[in-house]
Amino acid sequence: MKLILKNGFVYDPLNGINGEKMDICIEDGKIVEDVKDAKVIDCSGKVVMPGGVEIHSHIAGGKVNVGRLMRPEDHIKNVMPKTRLTRAVNGYSTPSTFLTGYLYAKLGYTTAFTAAMPPLMARHTHEELHDIPMLDKGALTLMGNNWFVMRYLKRGDVELAAAFVAWLLKAAKGYAIKVVNPGGGEAWGWGRDVRSLDDPVPHFDITPREIISGLAKVNEMLSLPHSIHLHANNLGRVGNYVTTLETMEVPNGTKPARERQVVQLTHAQFHSYGGDSWRTFASEAESIAKAVNNNENVIIDIGQVVFGDTTTMTADGPMEYYLSSLTGLKWANKNIELETSPGVTPFVYSKRSPVSAVQWAVGLELALHIKDPFKVLLTTDHPNGAPFFKYPTIIAWLMSARYREETMKEVHGAAQKNTTLATIDREYDFYEIAVITRAGQAKSLGLAEKGHLGVGADADVAVYDLNPEEVDPSRDYKLIEEKFARTSYTIKGGEIVVKDGEIVKVVDGRTLYIDAKVDEGLERELMRDIDYYFKRFYSVNLANYPVQEVYLTNPTPVQIDASNVR
Amino acid sequence: MQEVVLTPKEQPSYGLIAECISCDVFAGKSIEEIEALPVYYGNKQGKLGDFFDVSGEVASSAEEMRIVIAGDVTKTRWIGREMSAGEIVVKGSAEMYVGAWMRGGRIVVEGDVGAFSGMLMRGGELRVEGNAGDYLGCSYRGEWRGMSGGTIIVEGNAGMEVGQNLNGGRIFVKGSVESFAGVRMKKGLLVVGSATDRVGAQMTGGTIVVLGSILRLLPSFDFAGEVENPEIDGESFEGVFKKYTGDHAERNAKGVLYVRKE
Repeated sequence: MKLILKNGFVYDPLNGINGEKMDICIEDGKIVEDVKDAKVIDCSGKVVMPGGVEIHSHIAGGKVNVGRLMRPEDHIKNVMPKTRLTRAVNGYSTPSTFLTGYLYAKLGYTTAFTAAMPPLMARHTHEELHDIPMLDKGALTLMGNNWFVMRYLKRGDVELAAAFVAWLLKAAKGYAIKVVNPGGGEAWGWGRDVRSLDDPVPHFDITPREIISGLAKVNEMLSLPHSIHLHANNLGRVGNYVTTLETMEVPNGTKPARERQVVQLTHAQFHSYGGDSWRTFASEAESIAKAVNNNENVIIDIGQVVFGDTTTMTADGPMEYYLSSLTGLKWANKNIELETSPGVTPFVYSKRSPVSAVQWAVGLELALHIKDPFKVLLTTDHPNGAPFFKYPTIIAWLMSARYREETMKEVHGAAQKNTTLATIDREYDFYEIAVITRAGQAKSLGLAEKGHLGVGADADVAVYDLNPEEVDPSRDYKLIEEKFARTSYTIKGGEIVVKDGEIVKVVDGRTLYIDAKVDEGLERELMRDIDYYFKRFYSVNLANYPVQEVYLTNPTPVQIDASNVR
Repeated sequence: MQEVVLTPKEQPSYGLIAECISCDVFAGKSIEEIEALPVYYGNKQGKLGDFFDVSGEVASSAEEMRIVIAGDVTKTRWIGREMSAGEIVVKGSAEMYVGAWMRGGRIVVEGDVGAFSGMLMRGGELRVEGNAGDYLGCSYRGEWRGMSGGTIIVEGNAGMEVGQNLNGGRIFVKGSVESFAGVRMKKGLLVVGSATDRVGAQMTGGTIVVLGSILRLLPSFDFAGEVENPEIDGESFEGVFKKYTGDHAERNAKGVLYVRKE
C-alpha cells in the first residue's frame, strides 16, 4: 500500500524532528523519500509520531495465563462480542491475547516485548504471542536464576556462559537477557530469598552481584542489540533504594558493545522506596534519579502505578508470596525447573492507602527528576502497576502539573508529605512524550528500523487528533488523555489498521529473535555439558526443548556473528 | 407509577440472556424500542419482542417505572441487572442472576429464582416468595469482595453458599439453607430458618443468625454465652440464643453466630 501522511506535526526524536509540518511517504511497508499515486491522508492539525514501542509488558506466557485462570472476576469487567473483524474478547488487567493486540493498536503501539519468558515455557509463550495480532513482538528471556548460567559464571567461564546464552536465545526464540531477582528465584526453591547483592545463592555459592556483572559481560561479548534487562533484588520492599543504588554500580566496569546503556533497570518505581517500616514508607525517587542522571551506563523504565484493581505477576516468586501475605488475597506460585519461579496475586492500588499514594508519586517523580528522557521509558510493568491501556492517563500527568495537583488532592496525604512530587513543576512536551513511548524504547532495544520515521524505517506510524498549536496540555489534560487513548490512524507495516479509534484491519506482526553464532568448538563443548545435565535434571528431553520457527508469526531472526567468542 | 407488562411468548429451551429487562434500560423508550432490545440465546442474538409481548406505558425515569412479567420465565437470566430504581414484579419463576449488581429499587419474584440471584448487590430489595437456588447474594466467581448493600428476603428455602463473601447488606431466608451459609463472610447480616453444616466457614466478620436448628457446628467457633431476645443490627429476635464467635481458623476473626437454643 502507498500512503502519504500530509501536513502533520511530526515528532521524530531520533531524527531530531520536533513538531515540524512534514509529509511522510510510505511504500511497501517502509518509510520512503517520495511516492507516486499514493493514497493521501490529511494529517493537518494532527500529531504524527512513530508507532509506539512497548519494552516491558507481561502479555504472554505461563504466568500471564495463570493470572487469567485465577481471575474470572477480572474477565467479567470487560466482555466484548465478536465483530466482523475482531474476535470475541474479554479481560481487564489480564486481557486475552487478541484483546491485547487490539488495545495496543488503538493506543498507537505497533511493537511490544513480553517482559519475562522462562525458556522452558517458551513454546507456550510463542503460542500466545502467535495469537496477539497487530504487533511486532519479541520476548525477554529469563536467565538470572538459570542453573547453567550460575554454574558457568561461578567457575569464571564467561565464554561458556556466553555460548549458553546464545544457544538459549536461539532455542527459546528470545530477544534479550532478562534477569529477575538474581539468585532470589533459586533461593525461593528452598523457601528463602536473597536480600542483598552479596547473599549467596543456596548450593550455587554465587551472589546476585556476580550474576549481574557476569551476564552484563556476556551481553556485551555477544554484542546483543538490547542491554541486560534487570529486575533488581528486593522489589517492593521498604528501604530497597539502597540495594537499587548499589545494583546500578555493579556493571560499571563493562563497556557497551553498541550505542546504548549497559543495563536497563526495569520498573524502577518498585525499587525506589525509603523508610524503615510501612508506617514510615517514603519516596527515594530523587536519589535514584540523581544516580541515573550521573551514570551513563544505566537507563530505567518507570513501572508507573495507576489507582485501581490489577493483577501482579512477576518471575519473582518470593516477592509475590510476601505481597499476598500482606494483602491476604489469593496467590499462585509456579516452579519452572532449573530456571525460575514466578508468582501471581491480585492487588488494589487504593487512593486512600498511604503506600499506594506514595507509589503513584514515585513513578512520576522518577520521570520528572531524570533529565534525559532517553533514560526514562514509560511502562506500567503491565499489569503490575496498572494495565497498559492507562498510558494516556500517565502521559497527561507528565504533561500537566495541574493534573498532578488535582489527583494529589484526591489521594492520601502521604503523597504530599513523603514525596517531592508536589514541588516539581516540570511538564513534558510532545517531543519528550515521543521519546519515552517509542524512540527511547527502540534505541534501548537496538531496533534500527523502529521508533523513528526516517527513510528506511518500518512504516509504523501513529496519528493523534491533537493540534500542538491550539492545545495547551497543561490545561487541557483531559483532552490529552482522551486523544492518546484513540489514535486517528495507526499504521502498521504500511497498512491502516486503526481509524478514529476503531480497528479497521487485523494484521499479524513479526516475531523477532536472536540468532547469535559463537565459535563451533565452544558450541560443541557446551552441547556435551548441556546434554549431560538435561539427562540428569530436566524433565524434558534436550531435543524437545528448542522451539521451532513454525510457532512464530513471521519469524525474523536477528543475525549476530559472535564467532570471536571462543 | 407507570407499568410495562411483558407477557412471555414461546420461550427457548435453554438460557435466555435478557439483561435489558431493567427499569433503567426501559425508562424513556417507546414500546417499539423496548421490543427491539437485544437478548442472547446460545450463540444467537435476538430481540426482546421475539420472546415477550410488550404492552403498557413507559415512564420517563426508572423511579416511576414498574415492569411486570406476567408468567413463568424459567429460562430467563439476568433480570434487573445493575438496576438502580423502580420495580420489577415476576408473576412466576425466573432463572439465574436475578438482581445481580442491583443498586436500588425493588424486585419481587412470586415463584422461585435460580442460582446467583442477588449476586454482588449494592442496594435495593430482592424479594422471593418461593425458593432460591445456590449462591444467593454471593460474589462473582473468584471475586473476594461480595454483596455490599441492600436486602434479600426469601420466603422459602435456599441452596448452598448463601451470602458467600458477604461484605454488607442483609439476607433473610425463612426456610432452610444448605452447606456453607455465610462462607468467607466479612460484614453484614445473614438470617436463616435452619442450616446444615459448615455455617460461617472462614468468616471474619458480620453476623449469622440461625432461627431453628443447625446440623453441625464447625469446631473452630468458640461458645460465648447465651443471650435472651437479642437485638442484632436493629433487628430483634425472640427467644434464647447460643452465641459463638469465629471462624478462628482465620486470623483476627470477628464473626458472630447465633443459634436458637432448643
